[in-house]
Amino acid sequence: MSHDHSNLFPETLPAEPEKATLEGKNKFFGLWFFLGGETVLFASLFGTYLALKNSTAGGPASDELFGLGLVFLMTMLLLTSSLTSVYAMYHMRNGDFKKMYLWLAITGLLGIGFLACEIYEFAHYITDYGFTFRSSAFGSAFYALVGFHGGHVLFGICWLLSLLIRNAKRGLNLYNAPKFNTFSLYWHFIDVVWVFIFTVVYLMGKVG
Amino acid sequence: MTNEVNTEQAELLRRKKSKDEMKKQLISFGMMIVFTLISFGLVAVGTIERMYILPILFVMAIVQAGFQFYYFMHLKDRDHEMPATFIYGGVWAGFLTLAGLMVISWW
Repeated sequence: MSHDHSNLFPETLPAEPEKATLEGKNKFFGLWFFLGGETVLFASLFGTYLALKNSTAGGPASDELFGLGLVFLMTMLLLTSSLTSVYAMYHMRNGDFKKMYLWLAITGLLGIGFLACEIYEFAHYITDYGFTFRSSAFGSAFYALVGFHGGHVLFGICWLLSLLIRNAKRGLNLYNAPKFNTFSLYWHFIDVVWVFIFTVVYLMGKVG
Repeated sequence: MTNEVNTEQAELLRRKKSKDEMKKQLISFGMMIVFTLISFGLVAVGTIERMYILPILFVMAIVQAGFQFYYFMHLKDRDHEMPATFIYGGVWAGFLTLAGLMVISWW
């Protein structure tokens, strides 16, 4: 079977290159549907955490463990990476591949910075407090929720890296524009989840 | 010839719109930074009673999530009825899940 793909590479891109093809529209709706499911997934992890956060089994409680400085740094890193991916999509709609590529690369670096902080944070809890996944119901719920979010960040970074490597020499076209856009939406959603984590887990945990 | 001029004008108009949108997104980003600072600041200072600070923090988080969804993810734009349905469907099911887990652990 041979397909004619020439319509995917027009000389000038349309106004919304990410939704100009049926494939692009499907990816757009598909990702939003997936995010609806992710909302329920994270809600159940939040519910579990809230139900178990006081079951510390004699171990350290949330207000002794958490430090606001590192969490604030992580929040700034992730929030800024959300803005840089907005910049990337702005340049995509203007058909500027190089600038989009640059801003996506910055987004990835900020994501890696966030992840590095999280790994440091977990290592600090484990080595200095002996607070692990198996310490208590609080420990299990905490690592399950925050770790699951960290896993999403890690997945996002791998997704972004493979997009950047595979499309490095392709330039921007109607074939890959939807791919960059779906990544960007996913990345914003990860930031939304983090907003609730720093509020519900860290800030409310600090208040007690 | 006129066709070419028209597409050029349309392109200029699109770029202007895009730029205005970017400005709104920058303002949203600024607001999110401010809300984050207020949230962290309130907890760091620690003068407000627990009963009042929890709902304040929660409302700030909802507002920030709104900025992300409506401005960064374009939920406010046209042709976003289906995405809104998906997300609000998820939020509703998530709310029920949360409520269920809270209720069984409280009573």
